[in-house]
Amino acid sequence: MRVARVLAYGWFFRMKMLMRSSFNSWLGVLYPLFFATVAFFMFKAGADSKPLLYSSLGAAVMGVWSNTATPAGSALAQERWHGTLELEVAAPVNFALILLPLTIAMSTIGIYSMAATLLWGWAVFGIPLQITDPVAFVLAVPATVASIGALGFVLAVAFVRFRQAWALGNMLEYPVWLISGFLVPLSLFPGWVRPISWLLAPTWGIRAIRGAALAGPSYGDIGMALGVGAAYVVLGLLLVQRALHAARAKGTLSLT
Amino acid sequence: MKSVRVFFVGGLISYRALFSWLNPWVYVPSFLVMPIFQILLFVYIGRSAKLQSDSFYVIGNALQFAAIPCLFAMANTIAGERNQQTLGYILITPARRLPLFLGRALPVATNGFFVALFALVAGSAIVGTHVAASGYAPIVLVIAVSAFACTGLGLINAAIGLVARETAVLSNILFGGLLVLSGANVPVHDLPIVLRQVSEGVPLTHGIAAARKLASGSSVGSVLGLLGAEALIGLAYAALGYALIRGTETLSRRRATLERA
Repeated sequence: MRVARVLAYGWFFRMKMLMRSSFNSWLGVLYPLFFATVAFFMFKAGADSKPLLYSSLGAAVMGVWSNTATPAGSALAQERWHGTLELEVAAPVNFALILLPLTIAMSTIGIYSMAATLLWGWAVFGIPLQITDPVAFVLAVPATVASIGALGFVLAVAFVRFRQAWALGNMLEYPVWLISGFLVPLSLFPGWVRPISWLLAPTWGIRAIRGAALAGPSYGDIGMALGVGAAYVVLGLLLVQRALHAARAKGTLSLT
Repeated sequence: MKSVRVFFVGGLISYRALFSWLNPWVYVPSFLVMPIFQILLFVYIGRSAKLQSDSFYVIGNALQFAAIPCLFAMANTIAGERNQQTLGYILITPARRLPLFLGRALPVATNGFFVALFALVAGSAIVGTHVAASGYAPIVLVIAVSAFACTGLGLINAAIGLVARETAVLSNILFGGLLVLSGANVPVHDLPIVLRQVSEGVPLTHGIAAARKLASGSSVGSVLGLLGAEALIGLAYAALGYALIRGTETLSRRRATLERA
């Protein structure tokens, strides 16, 4: 119960803080729209036979990752700048329970971006939003957001000892967009790319959302997104203890 | 002589002090890895959409990526000074503003040139696209002119940074605008008429078109018009940017917003 309360309040307050930042709120909604617009123009002018909703959904989920990658990379650096990292590490609550709701709040902001992209596609490019299985769709969206937030959690922990971690998070934006199949079918990539894609929660998230919208029930993919997300959380929990121990032992927690 | 020193030495010192990307942990992922993945992303979207050749996206995105260093670094010449709490000291110096600000633009444009050139060479090698042998030297010139033109837009961005807090937000929006409008990924003739007209007036559009022509074997003479248009657009943006910097400097003093951070 205590863990649930820490996670819920953590998520709520982090959301409020993120929404106060124009970088994390307005830009988080606007920036993916530019990429979506380019993709819509390309698919509209091209000779591909897939429905435009295919690219619209992909572009929409791109926004969720976009809102998570760079902010998650710099999450701990931000805490350092605010002078709150040491306090949070020293708190009796496990540090992972403080960090996880932060990265999930980041990916939750991506829901605004998703909605904006789908609306943009509908209003400007005439892309109809017809959902074949609304129940699966409604389940797939939070599952995707949570699993992408969990991936952000692993990134935040992995980069704990890098001063310029935001750059590493930023660098991962395009590769995940590319190999998760947001806009490009995985079949177009060389064979060795696919196993990497399968390890990424966004791959299963977009499959679940796209499946629910275009084909029908996609509960298997929803389960995979949640399963991979849970694996990230376990990995993050293991990493966070080691990273904090190393940072304390070497006196590098407050790298400034 | 003093102005020449401010232009070159001041520009170089500002670049070394404020250009936080000089750290390899930032420079390599931001300027050497990211453009390659932007190129790959659009090459694969292009293959999926069956729209243009790989070469179209490699050239378009390599040149368009010059916008990252040119826009962000120019804005940082203002925001970075503010973060270091030195902006006020800079603006009360008697140094002439033209060499002071344009001197800061020179290393930015040089870096933008290098980043775009690297992206083009590495992107072409990875994707396996061909550039006509006669096109190499002129394309280098086109990239230089395009980076200069984009830095002109960066000066406007820097000017707004004197009165606005979030320079990173504006830089990202300008970058996104160039992604749509410059013809890097969507052929300009496929854009709606209004966007097509705007596209003619933004940096990089003519440079990208010239580089594509040269890569396909066209002569330098056939792209002189495009090159001239790119240079003129760059000059116009640089002049407007400089005028805006002077204007917003006055405004920021009047409204006491210089240290807004």
